[in-house]
Amino acid sequence: MVGTIPEGARPLPQKAPGAPLMSSGTGTPIASPAPAAKPPIDVDVPDPIVEIRDFDLWYGKFQALEGVSLRVPRNQITALIGPSGCGKTTLLRSINRMNDLIPYVRARGEIAVDGRNIYDPGVDPVEVRRVIGMVFQKPNPFPKSIHQNVAFGARINGYRGDIDELVERALKQAALWEEVSDKLSESGLTLSGGQQQRLCIARAIAVSPDIVLMDEPCSALDPIATQRIEDLMRRLAEDYTIVIVTHNMQQAARVSDRTAFMLAGDDRTGRLIEYGTTDQIFSTPRDERTEAYITGRFG
Amino acid sequence: MAASANQVRFARNRRRHLIEQAIGGALFACASVTVVTTVGIVVILLGEGATFFQDVSVIEFLTNDRWTPLFASKNFGVLPLVSGTLLIAVGASLVALPIGTVSAVFLSEYASPHVRGVVKPVLEVLAGIPTVVYGYFALTFITPLLRDSFFPELGPFNAVSAIVVVGVMIIPMVSSLSDDAMRAVPVALREGAYGVGATRFEVVTRIVLPAALSGIVASYLLAISRAIGETMAVTIAAGATPHLTFNPLESVQTMTAYIVQVSLGDTPHGSLEYRTIFAVGATLFTMTLGMNIIARRVVGRFQETYE
Repeated sequence: MVGTIPEGARPLPQKAPGAPLMSSGTGTPIASPAPAAKPPIDVDVPDPIVEIRDFDLWYGKFQALEGVSLRVPRNQITALIGPSGCGKTTLLRSINRMNDLIPYVRARGEIAVDGRNIYDPGVDPVEVRRVIGMVFQKPNPFPKSIHQNVAFGARINGYRGDIDELVERALKQAALWEEVSDKLSESGLTLSGGQQQRLCIARAIAVSPDIVLMDEPCSALDPIATQRIEDLMRRLAEDYTIVIVTHNMQQAARVSDRTAFMLAGDDRTGRLIEYGTTDQIFSTPRDERTEAYITGRFG
Repeated sequence: MAASANQVRFARNRRRHLIEQAIGGALFACASVTVVTTVGIVVILLGEGATFFQDVSVIEFLTNDRWTPLFASKNFGVLPLVSGTLLIAVGASLVALPIGTVSAVFLSEYASPHVRGVVKPVLEVLAGIPTVVYGYFALTFITPLLRDSFFPELGPFNAVSAIVVVGVMIIPMVSSLSDDAMRAVPVALREGAYGVGATRFEVVTRIVLPAALSGIVASYLLAISRAIGETMAVTIAAGATPHLTFNPLESVQTMTAYIVQVSLGDTPHGSLEYRTIFAVGATLFTMTLGMNIIARRVVGRFQETYE
C-alpha cells in the first residue's frame, strides 16, 4: 500500500493512542490553538482511517465549513449530528469528494484516508469513491433490476469474478437476500422504501469499499425499517468504517461509537463544536452548546 | 333545527359551481381543437386519396418507378418521391442525431452552468432561422463548396447540400430537447452511480441516457418529422426532379416539395393531377405514423423509468 502512494502523499506516522498528532512534512501542529476558538480535537482515536485536518469548504463565495478537524476510527460508526444547515452533510460529502460534482465548490485543508490526502492534486476522485461508498438520504436505486443495481459498481470497475455470487453476497450482507432472492430481475423501484435503502447499501458494499458514508439513511423510512437499517449498520461496522449523518439524536446514541457535534454560527458557516465518544457526548458534553442541542433546547 | 342549519352550512354554491363547469368546458374546447384538426386532416387525406385510387391502382402507385403526373405521358409511381424524401430525412438524421445527441450530453453533463448559458441559446438560434435562408445557403454556399472540394461533377441542385442544411437545421431540436430530458433525470441517480466510483462517461451512458430515453427519442421523432416535412430549403437545394435514387449527388424531389409544386402551379382543382397531392399526402402521413409507432415500441422496450 505504502509503495503505491504517489509522490506528494504524506503518510502519517503511526501514533500510539493518545500521543499528540503532528502532521509530518510541513511541521504544522494539527491541534494548535487557533485564533478563533478551535473545536476540541479528539486526539484519542486509535487507528484512525480518515483524518480531516483544518478543512474549509466554500460554495462559491459562501463558506460552508471552517476549520474542521476530525479523526474517524476504523471499523467503528461515527455520527455527525447538529441542526439543519450546520454543514454535516457537506462534511460527509467531502470525505468521498462527492462535493466535486457541485459547480463552484472549493476546498482547503486535508482529508487523509489511510494517510493519503484525497485533496492532493494527483488524486482521482473516481478512485476515491471506489474506496469510500455512499448511501443517500432518499433511497435512490437505479431504474434497473435488483441484480443490475448491485452489480453496477462491480461491472464498471471491471470485476472479474462471479457476478451472481457477488450480488448474492452483497444482498446477504445488506440483510435483503431473503426478501428478493426470487425476484432479482425485477426493478429495484418495486421494493418498499426500507428495502430500497438496503438495496442501496448492498450496491455500496458490493464494490468492497473501506468506508461507507451514510447521509441520513433512515430519514425517509418508517420506524421498523429504520430499526432494520440500524441493526444492519452495527453488523456492517465489523467489516467497514461507517460515517453517518443523522438528525435523530436517539439514532446517533443508539448506533454510533463516536459523535461529532457541528453547529453553524451567525455567518452560517459550519464548524465542529465537539467530538468524542458517543457515551461522553451524550452524558457529559464539554461544550454548553452541545449540551443545549442534545437536551433539545434548540435545533 | 340542526338539520336545516347544516343544509345552509354545506349548501352548494351555484355560482362557483357554474364557473368551475365553464372553466372545464373551455379547457376541453381548447384541447379539442388539435384533435378535431387532426381528425379533419386524416379524413380529407383519406377521402381525396380514395378518389385518386379509383383512377390509378394502388399497385401502380406503389410499384411504378416513374413519377410524371404533370407530363403528357403520365406515370403515377410514388417511389421516386419516397426515395427522395427518405434520402433527405435519413441523411439529415445521420447528420443531426449524432451531433445533436452529443451536444445534449455536453450541455447536460459536461458544460459548466456558464458555458451552457451561452451555448444553448446560440444553438437554439439555429432553429429560428427561416428555412428559405437555409435553402439559399445550401444553393449558393454548400453546393459550390462541395463541388470545389469533393465532387467536381456536382450539379447546382443536389440532395447532399439539402441533407447538410436540413441536418444543421434540426440539430437544435435534438440537442435542446434531449438536453431537457437528460437534465430531468434526478441528480440522486447520478450521485448513486458516482458513489460507487463511476466516471462521468459511465454515468452518462449507463444511467442518464437509459433514463432519459423516451425524451431523447421524442426529440429524434420531432427532428425526423421536421426533416421529412421540410419543404422550402429542400426545394431550393435539391431541385424538383423526381428520381428513384439514393445517390445524394443527384437532384431529387421530396413528397412535400411535390405537393407545393402542384398546389402553387396551374393544375386545375379536382383533376386527377390535382388529386395526386392527396395520395402523396396520405402516403407521407402513413410513413410518419408508422415511424411513431415503431419509436413507441422501442421506447417501451428500452426505457428505464424512474419514479
